[in-house]
Amino acid sequence: MKYIIAVIQPHRLDAVRDALAGMGVQGLTVSEVRGFGRQKGQTEIYRGAEYIMQYVPKVKLEIAVDDAIADAVVETVGNAARTGRIGDGKVFVLDLEGAMRVRTGEMGADAL
Amino acid sequence: MIDAGNTAWLITATALVLFMTLPGLALFYGGLVRAENLLSVLMQCFAIACLVSVVWLACAYSLVFSGGGALIGDLSKVLLLGVPRDAVAQNTTLPETVFFMFQMTFAIITPALIVGASVERMRFGAVLLFTFLWLLLVYVPAAHWIWGGGWLAERGVLDFAGGLVVHLTAGVSALVLAVQLGPRLGFPDDVKPPHAVWMTMAGACMLWVGWFGFNAGSALTAGGDAGMAMTVTHISAATAALVWIVIEWAKFGKPSVVGAVTGAIAGLASITPASGFVGPGAALVIGSAGGAICYVMVGVVKRRFRIDDSLDVFAVHGVGGATGVLLTAVFVDAALGGAGLAEGRSMGGQVVIQLTGIAAILLWSLVVSFVIAKVVHAVTGLRVNAETEEQGLDLRLHGERGYNM
Repeated sequence: MKYIIAVIQPHRLDAVRDALAGMGVQGLTVSEVRGFGRQKGQTEIYRGAEYIMQYVPKVKLEIAVDDAIADAVVETVGNAARTGRIGDGKVFVLDLEGAMRVRTGEMGADAL
Repeated sequence: MIDAGNTAWLITATALVLFMTLPGLALFYGGLVRAENLLSVLMQCFAIACLVSVVWLACAYSLVFSGGGALIGDLSKVLLLGVPRDAVAQNTTLPETVFFMFQMTFAIITPALIVGASVERMRFGAVLLFTFLWLLLVYVPAAHWIWGGGWLAERGVLDFAGGLVVHLTAGVSALVLAVQLGPRLGFPDDVKPPHAVWMTMAGACMLWVGWFGFNAGSALTAGGDAGMAMTVTHISAATAALVWIVIEWAKFGKPSVVGAVTGAIAGLASITPASGFVGPGAALVIGSAGGAICYVMVGVVKRRFRIDDSLDVFAVHGVGGATGVLLTAVFVDAALGGAGLAEGRSMGGQVVIQLTGIAAILLWSLVVSFVIAKVVHAVTGLRVNAETEEQGLDLRLHGERGYNM
Protein backbone atom coordinates (compact mmCIF):
# COMPACT_ATOMS: atom_id res chain seq x y z
CA MET A 1 0.00 0.00 0.00
CA LYS A 2 1.07 3.56 -0.61
CA TYR A 3 0.24 6.74 1.25
CA ILE A 4 0.03 9.67 -1.13
CA ILE A 5 0.28 13.23 0.18
CA ALA A 6 -0.52 16.00 -2.26
CA VAL A 7 -0.22 19.73 -1.51
CA ILE A 8 -2.12 21.62 -4.19
CA GLN A 9 -3.79 24.91 -5.06
CA PRO A 10 -7.09 25.19 -3.16
CA HIS A 11 -9.07 26.00 -6.29
CA ARG A 12 -7.99 22.71 -7.96
CA LEU A 13 -9.44 20.53 -5.18
CA ASP A 14 -12.75 19.73 -6.83
CA ALA A 15 -11.07 18.85 -10.13
CA VAL A 16 -8.72 16.46 -8.32
CA ARG A 17 -11.57 14.85 -6.41
CA ASP A 18 -13.62 14.34 -9.57
CA ALA A 19 -10.65 12.81 -11.38
CA LEU A 20 -9.89 10.42 -8.52
CA ALA A 21 -13.51 9.35 -8.11
CA GLY A 22 -13.39 7.83 -11.60
CA MET A 23 -10.49 5.50 -10.83
CA GLY A 24 -11.44 3.55 -7.73
CA VAL A 25 -10.09 5.73 -4.96
CA GLN A 26 -12.46 5.04 -2.05
CA GLY A 27 -11.70 8.04 0.11
CA LEU A 28 -9.34 10.86 0.92
CA THR A 29 -8.66 13.36 3.67
CA VAL A 30 -8.39 17.10 3.02
CA SER A 31 -6.89 19.81 5.22
CA GLU A 32 -6.39 23.52 4.71
CA VAL A 33 -2.72 24.23 5.20
CA ARG A 34 -0.24 27.05 4.63
CA GLY A 35 3.29 26.79 3.39
CA PHE A 36 5.90 27.96 0.97
CA GLY A 37 7.99 26.41 -1.75
CA ARG A 38 10.00 28.00 -4.49
CA GLN A 39 7.17 30.53 -4.77
CA LYS A 40 8.41 32.02 -1.45
CA GLY A 41 5.07 33.47 -0.37
CA GLN A 42 3.22 36.30 -2.06
CA THR A 43 2.85 40.05 -1.70
CA GLU A 44 -0.23 42.00 -0.62
CA ILE A 45 -0.50 45.78 -0.69
CA TYR A 46 -2.53 47.83 1.80
CA ARG A 47 -2.46 51.63 1.64
CA GLY A 48 0.65 51.46 -0.49
CA ALA A 49 2.60 49.30 1.97
CA GLU A 50 3.72 45.84 0.90
CA TYR A 51 3.08 42.93 3.20
CA ILE A 52 5.01 39.76 2.40
CA MET A 53 2.84 36.73 3.08
CA GLN A 54 5.44 34.12 4.03
CA TYR A 55 2.98 31.27 3.85
CA VAL A 56 0.52 30.75 1.04
CA PRO A 57 -2.79 28.91 1.57
CA LYS A 58 -2.82 25.39 0.09
CA VAL A 59 -4.91 22.26 0.37
CA LYS A 60 -3.32 19.00 1.54
CA LEU A 61 -4.81 15.67 0.40
CA GLU A 62 -3.93 12.37 2.00
CA ILE A 63 -4.85 9.26 0.08
CA ALA A 64 -4.16 5.62 1.01
CA VAL A 65 -4.25 3.28 -2.04
CA ASP A 66 -3.31 -0.21 -3.14
CA ASP A 67 0.11 -0.55 -4.78
CA ALA A 68 -1.52 -1.45 -8.07
CA ILE A 69 -3.08 1.96 -8.65
CA ALA A 70 -0.56 4.17 -6.79
CA ASP A 71 1.32 5.38 -9.87
CA ALA A 72 -1.91 6.10 -11.70
CA VAL A 73 -3.27 8.07 -8.73
CA VAL A 74 -0.14 10.21 -8.55
CA GLU A 75 -0.38 10.92 -12.25
CA THR A 76 -4.09 11.72 -12.03
CA VAL A 77 -3.60 14.10 -9.11
CA GLY A 78 -0.80 15.81 -10.96
CA ASN A 79 -2.79 16.22 -14.15
CA ALA A 80 -5.90 17.50 -12.40
CA ALA A 81 -4.04 19.93 -10.13
CA ARG A 82 -1.74 21.36 -12.76
CA THR A 83 -2.22 24.93 -14.01
CA GLY A 84 1.32 25.28 -15.26
CA ARG A 85 1.95 28.32 -13.08
CA ILE A 86 4.26 28.65 -10.09
CA GLY A 87 2.67 27.43 -6.87
CA ASP A 88 0.93 24.32 -8.24
CA GLY A 89 2.29 22.22 -5.38
CA LYS A 90 3.88 18.80 -4.80
CA VAL A 91 2.91 15.14 -4.51
CA PHE A 92 4.74 12.79 -2.13
CA VAL A 93 4.50 8.99 -2.02
CA LEU A 94 5.22 6.97 1.13
CA ASP A 95 5.16 3.24 1.83
CA LEU A 96 2.20 2.40 4.03
CA GLU A 97 2.70 -0.42 6.55
CA GLY A 98 -0.83 -1.04 7.72
CA ALA A 99 -4.42 0.09 7.74
CA MET A 100 -7.62 -0.77 9.60
CA ARG A 101 -11.26 -0.02 8.88
CA VAL A 102 -12.49 1.01 12.31
CA ARG A 103 -16.10 -0.18 11.87
CA THR A 104 -15.32 -3.77 10.90
CA GLY A 105 -11.78 -4.30 12.06
CA GLU A 106 -10.63 -5.33 8.55
CA MET A 107 -6.87 -5.00 8.15
CA GLY A 108 -4.47 -4.22 5.30
CA ALA A 109 -5.54 -3.52 1.75
CA ASP A 110 -9.06 -4.74 2.54
CA ALA A 111 -9.46 -1.75 4.82
CA LEU A 112 -8.87 0.81 2.07
CA MET B 1 -37.25 80.04 20.60
CA ILE B 2 -37.19 76.31 19.89
CA ASP B 3 -37.86 75.33 16.28
CA ALA B 4 -39.35 71.87 15.87
CA GLY B 5 -37.89 71.19 12.41
CA ASN B 6 -34.37 72.18 13.37
CA THR B 7 -34.63 70.23 16.59
CA ALA B 8 -35.84 67.11 14.81
CA TRP B 9 -32.94 67.25 12.38
CA LEU B 10 -30.36 67.79 15.12
CA ILE B 11 -31.66 64.88 17.18
CA THR B 12 -31.29 62.76 14.04
CA ALA B 13 -27.85 64.17 13.32
CA THR B 14 -26.75 63.46 16.88
CA ALA B 15 -27.66 59.81 16.46
CA LEU B 16 -25.81 59.72 13.12
CA VAL B 17 -22.61 61.13 14.61
CA LEU B 18 -22.66 58.71 17.56
CA PHE B 19 -23.17 55.95 14.99
CA MET B 20 -19.92 57.07 13.34
CA THR B 21 -18.00 55.97 16.44
CA LEU B 22 -20.25 53.13 17.59
CA PRO B 23 -19.84 51.03 15.60
CA GLY B 24 -18.54 52.81 12.45
CA LEU B 25 -15.05 53.85 13.49
CA ALA B 26 -14.68 50.80 15.75
CA LEU B 27 -15.31 48.46 12.80
CA PHE B 28 -13.24 50.58 10.39
CA TYR B 29 -10.25 50.28 12.73
CA GLY B 30 -11.10 46.76 13.91
CA GLY B 31 -10.82 45.28 10.44
CA LEU B 32 -7.37 46.82 9.95
CA VAL B 33 -5.69 45.09 12.91
CA ARG B 34 -4.68 41.49 13.56
CA ALA B 35 -7.49 39.11 14.49
CA GLU B 36 -5.99 38.80 17.98
CA ASN B 37 -6.46 42.55 18.58
CA LEU B 38 -9.94 43.09 17.15
CA LEU B 39 -11.74 43.23 20.49
CA SER B 40 -9.21 45.60 22.02
CA VAL B 41 -9.96 48.14 19.30
CA LEU B 42 -13.74 47.75 19.65
CA MET B 43 -13.41 48.01 23.42
CA GLN B 44 -11.25 51.13 23.28
CA CYS B 45 -13.71 52.95 21.01
CA PHE B 46 -16.64 51.86 23.16
CA ALA B 47 -15.03 52.77 26.49
CA ILE B 48 -13.85 56.13 25.15
CA ALA B 49 -17.45 56.90 24.16
CA CYS B 50 -18.61 56.12 27.69
CA LEU B 51 -15.82 57.99 29.44
CA VAL B 52 -16.11 61.12 27.30
CA SER B 53 -19.89 61.21 27.80
CA VAL B 54 -19.54 61.39 31.56
CA VAL B 55 -16.73 63.96 31.49
CA TRP B 56 -18.70 66.00 28.96
CA LEU B 57 -21.60 66.23 31.38
CA ALA B 58 -19.36 66.76 34.39
CA CYS B 59 -17.55 69.82 33.08
CA ALA B 60 -16.26 69.64 29.50
CA TYR B 61 -19.41 71.00 27.88
CA SER B 62 -19.47 73.94 30.24
CA LEU B 63 -15.78 74.69 29.68
CA VAL B 64 -16.29 74.78 25.91
CA PHE B 65 -19.65 76.45 25.51
CA SER B 66 -20.38 78.71 28.48
CA GLY B 67 -18.71 81.97 29.33
CA GLY B 68 -16.98 84.35 26.96
CA GLY B 69 -13.32 83.80 27.81
CA ALA B 70 -10.79 84.00 24.99
CA LEU B 71 -8.99 80.86 26.12
CA ILE B 72 -11.50 78.77 28.08
CA GLY B 73 -15.15 78.79 29.12
CA ASP B 74 -16.45 78.75 32.67
CA LEU B 75 -18.03 76.23 35.02
CA SER B 76 -21.54 77.68 35.09
CA LYS B 77 -23.08 74.67 33.34
CA VAL B 78 -21.27 71.91 35.21
CA LEU B 79 -23.52 68.80 35.22
CA LEU B 80 -25.98 70.92 33.23
CA LEU B 81 -27.02 72.46 36.55
CA GLY B 82 -29.12 75.51 35.94
CA VAL B 83 -30.08 74.37 32.45
CA PRO B 84 -33.84 73.82 32.55
CA ARG B 85 -35.67 71.38 30.26
CA ASP B 86 -36.81 74.09 27.86
CA ALA B 87 -33.58 76.10 27.80
CA VAL B 88 -32.54 77.26 24.32
CA ALA B 89 -28.91 76.88 23.31
CA GLN B 90 -27.24 80.21 22.64
CA ASN B 91 -27.54 81.52 19.06
CA THR B 92 -29.65 78.54 18.00
CA THR B 93 -33.27 77.46 17.88
CA LEU B 94 -32.44 74.16 19.60
CA PRO B 95 -33.09 72.87 23.10
CA GLU B 96 -29.81 73.10 24.99
CA THR B 97 -29.99 69.38 25.76
CA VAL B 98 -29.94 68.62 22.02
CA PHE B 99 -27.04 70.98 21.41
CA PHE B 100 -25.24 69.40 24.39
CA MET B 101 -25.76 65.89 22.99
CA PHE B 102 -24.82 66.85 19.42
CA GLN B 103 -21.56 68.43 20.52
CA MET B 104 -20.86 65.48 22.83
CA THR B 105 -20.78 63.09 19.87
CA PHE B 106 -17.97 65.17 18.36
CA ALA B 107 -16.06 65.04 21.64
CA ILE B 108 -16.48 61.26 21.56
CA ILE B 109 -15.23 60.56 18.06
CA THR B 110 -12.19 62.83 18.29
CA PRO B 111 -10.21 60.90 20.94
CA ALA B 112 -11.54 57.67 19.41
CA LEU B 113 -9.80 58.65 16.16
CA ILE B 114 -6.47 58.74 18.02
CA VAL B 115 -6.86 55.04 18.86
CA GLY B 116 -5.76 54.33 15.29
CA ALA B 117 -2.22 55.41 16.10
CA SER B 118 -1.77 53.23 19.17
CA VAL B 119 -3.54 49.99 18.26
CA GLU B 120 -2.10 46.57 19.06
CA ARG B 121 0.28 47.77 21.78
CA MET B 122 -1.20 50.34 24.21
CA ARG B 123 -2.40 49.46 27.70
CA PHE B 124 -6.13 49.80 28.20
CA GLY B 125 -5.73 51.90 31.34
CA ALA B 126 -3.34 54.16 29.49
CA VAL B 127 -5.88 54.66 26.69
CA LEU B 128 -8.49 55.76 29.22
CA LEU B 129 -6.17 58.06 31.17
CA PHE B 130 -4.80 59.57 27.96
CA THR B 131 -8.35 60.16 26.71
CA PHE B 132 -9.46 61.78 29.98
CA LEU B 133 -6.53 64.21 30.07
CA TRP B 134 -6.59 64.82 26.34
CA LEU B 135 -10.27 65.70 26.29
CA LEU B 136 -9.84 68.32 29.01
CA LEU B 137 -6.48 69.72 27.95
CA VAL B 138 -6.53 69.54 24.14
CA TYR B 139 -10.08 69.13 22.88
CA VAL B 140 -11.84 71.45 25.33
CA PRO B 141 -9.57 74.47 24.71
CA ALA B 142 -9.46 73.90 20.94
CA ALA B 143 -13.24 73.58 20.71
CA HIS B 144 -13.69 76.69 22.85
CA TRP B 145 -11.26 78.73 20.76
CA ILE B 146 -13.09 77.94 17.54
CA TRP B 147 -16.70 77.04 18.40
CA GLY B 148 -17.14 78.48 21.88
CA GLY B 149 -16.39 82.10 21.00
CA GLY B 150 -12.70 81.97 21.87
CA TRP B 151 -9.77 83.80 20.36
CA LEU B 152 -9.65 81.94 17.03
CA ALA B 153 -13.36 82.54 16.50
CA GLU B 154 -12.75 86.24 17.21
CA ARG B 155 -10.13 86.28 14.48
CA GLY B 156 -12.57 84.79 12.00
CA VAL B 157 -11.15 81.28 11.59
CA LEU B 158 -13.55 79.20 9.48
CA ASP B 159 -13.99 75.59 10.63
CA PHE B 160 -17.53 74.51 9.91
CA ALA B 161 -17.59 71.01 11.36
CA GLY B 162 -14.19 70.27 12.79
CA GLY B 163 -11.26 70.23 10.36
CA LEU B 164 -9.26 71.86 13.15
CA VAL B 165 -11.24 70.96 16.28
CA VAL B 166 -11.64 67.29 15.39
CA HIS B 167 -9.31 66.16 12.62
CA LEU B 168 -6.19 68.24 13.14
CA THR B 169 -6.19 67.84 16.94
CA ALA B 170 -6.67 64.08 16.61
CA GLY B 171 -4.19 63.70 13.75
CA VAL B 172 -1.34 65.61 15.38
CA SER B 173 -1.92 64.01 18.77
CA ALA B 174 -1.99 60.58 17.11
CA LEU B 175 1.40 61.23 15.60
CA VAL B 176 2.81 62.34 18.96
CA LEU B 177 1.37 59.28 20.70
CA ALA B 178 2.73 56.93 18.03
CA VAL B 179 6.23 58.33 18.53
CA GLN B 180 5.97 58.12 22.32
CA LEU B 181 4.70 54.55 22.19
CA GLY B 182 7.20 53.34 19.64
CA PRO B 183 6.36 51.13 16.69
CA ARG B 184 4.65 47.75 16.81
CA LEU B 185 6.98 44.75 17.00
CA GLY B 186 8.21 44.01 13.49
CA PHE B 187 7.43 47.47 12.07
CA PRO B 188 7.88 48.34 9.23
CA ASP B 189 8.71 45.13 7.36
CA ASP B 190 7.06 42.42 9.39
CA VAL B 191 3.70 43.64 10.72
CA LYS B 192 0.55 41.68 10.02
CA PRO B 193 -1.84 42.88 7.32
CA PRO B 194 -5.49 43.82 8.02
CA HIS B 195 -7.42 40.79 9.24
CA ALA B 196 -10.89 41.62 7.85
CA VAL B 197 -11.03 44.12 5.01
CA TRP B 198 -14.80 43.64 4.65
CA MET B 199 -15.20 44.92 8.23
CA THR B 200 -13.15 48.01 7.40
CA MET B 201 -15.35 48.62 4.37
CA ALA B 202 -18.52 48.26 6.44
CA GLY B 203 -17.17 50.64 9.08
CA ALA B 204 -16.10 53.18 6.46
CA CYS B 205 -19.59 53.16 4.95
CA MET B 206 -21.12 53.82 8.38
CA LEU B 207 -18.69 56.72 8.76
CA TRP B 208 -19.70 58.08 5.37
CA VAL B 209 -23.42 57.98 6.18
CA GLY B 210 -22.84 59.29 9.70
CA TRP B 211 -20.84 62.16 8.26
CA PHE B 212 -24.06 63.61 6.86
CA GLY B 213 -25.02 64.21 10.49
CA PHE B 214 -21.55 65.49 11.30
CA ASN B 215 -21.38 68.12 8.56
CA ALA B 216 -25.01 68.86 7.70
CA GLY B 217 -25.87 68.78 11.41
CA SER B 218 -23.23 71.42 12.05
CA ALA B 219 -25.49 73.90 10.27
CA LEU B 220 -27.60 73.64 13.47
CA THR B 221 -30.62 74.26 11.26
CA ALA B 222 -32.60 72.15 8.81
CA GLY B 223 -32.32 74.36 5.75
CA GLY B 224 -30.23 75.31 2.77
CA ASP B 225 -26.94 75.30 4.66
CA ALA B 226 -27.53 71.73 5.84
CA GLY B 227 -28.57 70.65 2.36
CA MET B 228 -25.47 72.10 0.73
CA ALA B 229 -23.23 70.73 3.48
CA MET B 230 -24.63 67.24 2.88
CA THR B 231 -24.16 67.60 -0.88
CA VAL B 232 -20.54 68.73 -0.78
CA THR B 233 -19.73 66.11 1.86
CA HIS B 234 -20.97 63.33 -0.36
CA ILE B 235 -19.29 64.62 -3.51
CA SER B 236 -15.95 65.09 -1.77
CA ALA B 237 -16.01 61.54 -0.36
CA ALA B 238 -16.85 60.04 -3.75
CA THR B 239 -14.22 62.10 -5.55
CA ALA B 240 -11.43 61.28 -3.10
CA ALA B 241 -12.26 57.57 -3.25
CA LEU B 242 -12.03 57.67 -7.06
CA VAL B 243 -8.71 59.49 -6.85
CA TRP B 244 -7.32 56.82 -4.51
CA ILE B 245 -8.63 54.03 -6.77
CA VAL B 246 -6.98 55.58 -9.83
CA ILE B 247 -3.65 56.09 -8.06
CA GLU B 248 -3.51 52.48 -6.84
CA TRP B 249 -4.67 51.12 -10.17
CA ALA B 250 -1.94 53.05 -11.99
CA LYS B 251 0.75 52.27 -9.45
CA PHE B 252 0.09 48.66 -8.48
CA GLY B 253 -2.22 47.43 -11.23
CA LYS B 254 -4.88 46.56 -8.64
CA PRO B 255 -7.31 49.01 -7.02
CA SER B 256 -7.80 47.82 -3.43
CA VAL B 257 -10.83 47.97 -1.16
CA VAL B 258 -8.77 49.33 1.74
CA GLY B 259 -7.46 52.04 -0.58
CA ALA B 260 -10.87 53.03 -1.92
CA VAL B 261 -12.48 53.38 1.50
CA THR B 262 -9.44 55.18 2.93
CA GLY B 263 -9.76 57.64 0.07
CA ALA B 264 -13.40 58.24 0.97
CA ILE B 265 -12.47 58.96 4.59
CA ALA B 266 -9.74 61.35 3.43
CA GLY B 267 -12.30 63.16 1.28
CA LEU B 268 -14.73 63.36 4.20
CA ALA B 269 -12.09 64.73 6.58
CA SER B 270 -10.98 67.27 3.95
CA ILE B 271 -14.45 68.67 3.26
CA THR B 272 -15.39 68.86 6.95
CA PRO B 273 -14.12 72.38 7.71
CA ALA B 274 -15.41 73.66 4.36
CA SER B 275 -18.75 71.88 4.26
CA GLY B 276 -20.97 74.79 5.29
CA PHE B 277 -19.12 77.39 3.25
CA VAL B 278 -18.50 76.00 -0.24
CA GLY B 279 -20.37 74.77 -3.30
CA PRO B 280 -20.37 71.43 -5.15
CA GLY B 281 -17.66 72.46 -7.62
CA ALA B 282 -15.36 73.14 -4.72
CA ALA B 283 -16.17 69.71 -3.34
CA LEU B 284 -14.70 68.15 -6.48
CA VAL B 285 -11.48 70.10 -5.98
CA ILE B 286 -11.27 69.57 -2.22
CA GLY B 287 -12.01 65.85 -2.60
CA SER B 288 -9.36 65.48 -5.30
CA ALA B 289 -6.77 67.38 -3.31
CA GLY B 290 -7.59 65.62 -0.05
CA GLY B 291 -7.43 62.19 -1.68
CA ALA B 292 -4.13 62.77 -3.45
CA ILE B 293 -2.35 64.58 -0.62
CA CYS B 294 -3.42 62.06 2.02
CA TYR B 295 -2.28 59.20 -0.22
CA VAL B 296 1.18 60.70 -0.45
CA MET B 297 1.31 61.47 3.28
CA VAL B 298 0.57 57.87 4.28
CA GLY B 299 3.79 56.86 2.57
CA VAL B 300 5.73 59.82 3.94
CA VAL B 301 4.80 59.14 7.58
CA LYS B 302 5.23 55.36 7.48
CA ARG B 303 8.16 54.92 5.12
CA ARG B 304 10.11 58.17 5.18
CA PHE B 305 9.59 59.22 8.82
CA ARG B 306 9.33 55.58 9.93
CA ILE B 307 6.60 56.50 12.42
CA ASP B 308 4.16 53.70 13.17
CA ASP B 309 0.99 55.79 13.20
CA SER B 310 -0.53 52.38 12.65
CA LEU B 311 -3.82 53.20 10.95
CA ASP B 312 -2.64 56.50 9.42
CA VAL B 313 -4.59 58.90 11.62
CA PHE B 314 -2.27 61.83 10.98
CA ALA B 315 -1.92 61.24 7.24
CA VAL B 316 -5.65 60.86 6.66
CA HIS B 317 -7.35 62.98 9.34
CA GLY B 318 -4.68 65.52 10.31
CA VAL B 319 -3.50 66.26 6.79
CA GLY B 320 -6.99 65.98 5.28
CA GLY B 321 -8.45 68.33 7.89
CA ALA B 322 -5.68 70.90 7.44
CA THR B 323 -5.98 70.72 3.64
CA GLY B 324 -9.69 71.45 3.90
CA VAL B 325 -9.16 74.32 6.35
CA LEU B 326 -6.77 75.98 3.94
CA LEU B 327 -8.92 75.43 0.85
CA THR B 328 -11.93 76.82 2.72
CA ALA B 329 -10.31 80.24 2.50
CA VAL B 330 -10.33 79.96 -1.30
CA PHE B 331 -13.68 78.33 -1.99
CA VAL B 332 -15.73 80.29 0.53
CA ASP B 333 -15.48 83.11 -2.03
CA ALA B 334 -18.90 83.78 -3.52
CA ALA B 335 -17.29 84.09 -6.97
CA LEU B 336 -16.28 80.41 -6.64
CA GLY B 337 -19.72 79.26 -5.53
CA GLY B 338 -19.17 79.70 -1.81
CA ALA B 339 -21.18 81.38 0.91
CA GLY B 340 -19.00 84.48 0.68
CA LEU B 341 -16.09 85.93 2.63
CA ALA B 342 -16.76 88.08 5.69
CA GLU B 343 -17.42 91.71 4.81
CA GLY B 344 -14.25 93.58 3.94
CA ARG B 345 -12.03 90.49 4.00
CA SER B 346 -9.89 89.37 1.07
CA MET B 347 -9.11 85.79 0.11
CA GLY B 348 -5.48 86.37 1.02
CA GLY B 349 -6.51 87.71 4.39
CA GLN B 350 -8.64 84.65 5.03
CA VAL B 351 -5.76 82.37 4.02
CA VAL B 352 -3.60 84.01 6.68
CA ILE B 353 -6.35 83.59 9.27
CA GLN B 354 -6.79 79.92 8.36
CA LEU B 355 -3.02 79.38 8.61
CA THR B 356 -3.10 80.99 12.06
CA GLY B 357 -5.76 78.50 13.08
CA ILE B 358 -3.77 75.56 11.71
CA ALA B 359 -0.56 76.70 13.43
CA ALA B 360 -2.26 77.32 16.77
CA ILE B 361 -4.10 73.99 16.83
CA LEU B 362 -1.10 72.08 15.55
CA LEU B 363 1.25 73.51 18.15
CA TRP B 364 -1.20 73.17 21.03
CA SER B 365 -2.01 69.56 20.13
CA LEU B 366 1.65 68.69 19.66
CA VAL B 367 2.95 70.14 22.90
CA VAL B 368 0.09 69.19 25.20
CA SER B 369 -0.23 65.65 23.80
CA PHE B 370 3.49 65.18 24.32
CA VAL B 371 3.17 66.20 27.98
CA ILE B 372 0.08 64.03 28.47
CA ALA B 373 1.85 61.01 26.98
CA LYS B 374 4.75 61.55 29.39
CA VAL B 375 2.38 61.80 32.34
CA VAL B 376 0.46 58.68 31.34
CA HIS B 377 3.73 56.84 30.84
CA ALA B 378 4.75 57.76 34.36
CA VAL B 379 1.41 56.82 35.92
CA THR B 380 0.30 53.63 34.15
CA GLY B 381 2.97 52.92 31.55
CA LEU B 382 1.97 53.34 27.91
CA ARG B 383 2.79 50.00 26.44
CA VAL B 384 2.00 46.35 27.08
CA ASN B 385 4.92 43.94 27.40
CA ALA B 386 6.29 42.13 24.37
CA GLU B 387 4.67 38.84 25.28
CA THR B 388 1.23 40.42 25.49
CA GLU B 389 1.82 42.24 22.23
CA GLU B 390 2.77 39.02 20.47
CA GLN B 391 -0.13 37.04 21.86
CA GLY B 392 -2.59 39.84 21.15
CA LEU B 393 -4.40 42.24 23.44
CA ASP B 394 -7.80 40.55 23.28
CA LEU B 395 -6.95 37.51 25.34
CA ARG B 396 -4.38 39.13 27.60
CA LEU B 397 -6.19 42.39 28.41
CA HIS B 398 -9.84 41.50 27.97
CA GLY B 399 -9.95 37.73 28.47
CA GLU B 400 -11.84 37.17 25.24
CA ARG B 401 -11.22 36.18 21.65
CA GLY B 402 -12.77 37.90 18.65
CA TYR B 403 -13.22 34.60 16.88
CA ASN B 404 -13.80 31.22 18.53
CA MET B 405 -13.38 28.86 15.61
